[in-house]
Amino acid sequence: MSSILAVDDSASMRKMVSFTLEQAGFEVVQASDGQEALRVAGEKAVDLVLTDVHMPGMDGIELIKALRALPDYRHTPILTLTTESSAEKKAQAKTAGATGWIVKPFTPDKLIGTIKMLLG
Amino acid sequence: MSMDLSEFLAVFFEECYEGLSAMEAGLLALDAGCTDAEAINTIFRAAHSIKGGSATFGLNEIPQFTHALETLLDQMRNGRCTVTRDAIDLLLESVDCLREMVDGTKAGTELNAKRIALVQRQLENMLSIGESASEPIASPAAKEHPSADKSNPSCWQIFFRPHAHMLQSGNDPYRLFRELATLGHLQVEADLSSLPSWVELKPESCYLAWKLWLEGELAREQILEIFQWVEGDCDLKVEKVEERADETQAQAESEVLGERQADIPNEVSSPSATGAKNERAGAGQNTGSIRVNIEKIDVLINLVGELVITQSMLNRFGEDFEQLHMNGLRDGLIQLTRNTRELQEAAMHIRMLPIGASFNRFPRLVRDLGNKLSKRVELSMSGENTELDKTVLEKISDPLVHLVRNALDHGIEAPEVRKAAGKPETGLLQLCAYHQGGNIVIEVKDDGAGLNKEKILRKAQEQGLVSASDTFSDEQVQNLIFQPGFSTAEKISDVSGRGVGMDVVRKNINDLGGHVQIRSEANKGTILTIRLPLTLAILEGQLVRIGTEIYVVPLTSIVESLQVEPTRVSSIAQRTGLYKLRDEYISIIRLAQVFHGHSHALDRGQLVVVEADNRRVGLAVEEMLGQQQVVIKSLETNFQPIRGVSGATILGDGRVALILDVPGLVQGCIDRSLTPIAA
Repeated sequence: MSSILAVDDSASMRKMVSFTLEQAGFEVVQASDGQEALRVAGEKAVDLVLTDVHMPGMDGIELIKALRALPDYRHTPILTLTTESSAEKKAQAKTAGATGWIVKPFTPDKLIGTIKMLLG
Repeated sequence: MSMDLSEFLAVFFEECYEGLSAMEAGLLALDAGCTDAEAINTIFRAAHSIKGGSATFGLNEIPQFTHALETLLDQMRNGRCTVTRDAIDLLLESVDCLREMVDGTKAGTELNAKRIALVQRQLENMLSIGESASEPIASPAAKEHPSADKSNPSCWQIFFRPHAHMLQSGNDPYRLFRELATLGHLQVEADLSSLPSWVELKPESCYLAWKLWLEGELAREQILEIFQWVEGDCDLKVEKVEERADETQAQAESEVLGERQADIPNEVSSPSATGAKNERAGAGQNTGSIRVNIEKIDVLINLVGELVITQSMLNRFGEDFEQLHMNGLRDGLIQLTRNTRELQEAAMHIRMLPIGASFNRFPRLVRDLGNKLSKRVELSMSGENTELDKTVLEKISDPLVHLVRNALDHGIEAPEVRKAAGKPETGLLQLCAYHQGGNIVIEVKDDGAGLNKEKILRKAQEQGLVSASDTFSDEQVQNLIFQPGFSTAEKISDVSGRGVGMDVVRKNINDLGGHVQIRSEANKGTILTIRLPLTLAILEGQLVRIGTEIYVVPLTSIVESLQVEPTRVSSIAQRTGLYKLRDEYISIIRLAQVFHGHSHALDRGQLVVVEADNRRVGLAVEEMLGQQQVVIKSLETNFQPIRGVSGATILGDGRVALILDVPGLVQGCIDRSLTPIAA
């Protein structure tokens, strides 16, 4: 069973994402900001990271940079959940090392489909 | 796959309200000309979360609206749009509008489309760069691809050469091929020409290139979308095989991966969106839920754990009881008493919310009202973390708003008047909350003109509330403003002056078991003090006996109790009298007379001196019993309201005891209208 780290400062999004992914048979761990995500990611090597971009404290971009610096996460798929349609934000995330993005709003099917595709 | 999102919706709505409050607080703290990107960023983040969440939950109107709001904030953040007072006002109005939308969506009622459109248009007008605002938002309902783009079965040739570092972003060419294969028949040919020798090969770099042929009913966009995450990390060419020779080739080769998400039409609705709408109606009813700090729950669970230990300890004695275990049993019972009390406190604590939740509306209110009345007011608040019962908190909000409005309208003077009086032009309004004994005290303090006694008295006489011959103490004059129908406003403004205010305020506060007090000094200001019980569900009571019945007197209203000295009693009428308490005379209420219609001789009994509305009276009882916490049961819901009684409780031995309504009794004593109930 693949494990996914879901990072979002909004509890409703976190719950929704976790619920959706758990229904699809993934193991989900949650974090509410970048710092917590780093700690969780350090405790357990997850197979995929799904993170919000805008978060208080350590935001998604900083989190991606930090994760990519960890040996366990050099090649782990990291997706941002974003409403940004601006090329600028996507480029920032990409430069930081993000694999890709899922644009909010997304349907549960879209989320599961994308993640299944990534995890094979 | 269908998902039940309704349970997340409730959480989402709460987050929306939190986000809106954060936006409001942020905007109020924002000054015109502000360039503090972080301050604006905080507001932006809240708007952004609301937009993202609402779109995901399929609430289409909210993201549409929030998008314009967010774009404006984004431009402010980047310095592309200056922060003006007008802009802040408009943003605040947008927050209101958004709050109404959330309210409406939650309740499942029709949204005010006209207002929404108006505010949205104003937002768009303010955007210095208009085009980004008009960019529509994709709804989850949107189909992935416009069907018009679908072509007949075609064959596409794809050249794909990842840059050496592409693998480091977690993108795997194999994943891309898998995805392509879902679109049609795929053939892949690897180009190994760039592969170095083993010695030079870096395992984390990509050296391969691929040529792929994809056959199927698909459009170029579908292929490009699969490659969107690796845009810039690879060389990519997508060509239609039949068209290779014709003029579209050049165009195909220079194809740039665009922002297609933004172009997806949002009219299309999908089952998931309509599903969310139906669930919304269900979640719309107020479930009366409460968000509780996790620590409070932990404390509760901890205590339940201790209770279980105590219970098993007592159980052991129960199974095999011998006289020598008596001490252990007693210890166990003491522990049980302590556990129960702590558990009760912890359980009550769950209902407690910080008063800040009610206070946080005032910065906005004061700002708007100050603008409207052309007065300058600075609001200072303290004790926002003071906790009180959720029900009390909800019911105290409206009276507080009324008091704050009054302070601004009647209390604080216009800047020129203040200046003439030698005061700073900006008035100070203070809201403080703190604990005092078993009470919560909330103070509304202003440094305005104070109550004008002559004016109050004149108005009261005009309105026939008092006669011209009566003389009044300052305190009594001040209390006149609590009389129903009283108003000193020269003209009725929409701010205040309808005279339906202070009496309702006092009634609401009294209904909560609290009381309100006013202190005022001419030209110095007015202080309104509200005292409220910590909770409505439990009360510390003094048990008293009258005849064979036991009554409960709320401990918070008791000043002292004493043995009646017959020489100090001056009887005026059969059911009333005065008692000389040190240098002061207080009225005596013979509870036996009030509740049973007959009285006992005063010299046999005791006097419980209670205070309400700044007046002291003595309650004559036959005997004082113990003190204990009682759980309040409503008489109105279980029986019917009785004057002088605020509720009932069940005592340890199963008997029902009535809880006395001290303010009601005191008021009745003043009115002299208290007739025996059991007459």
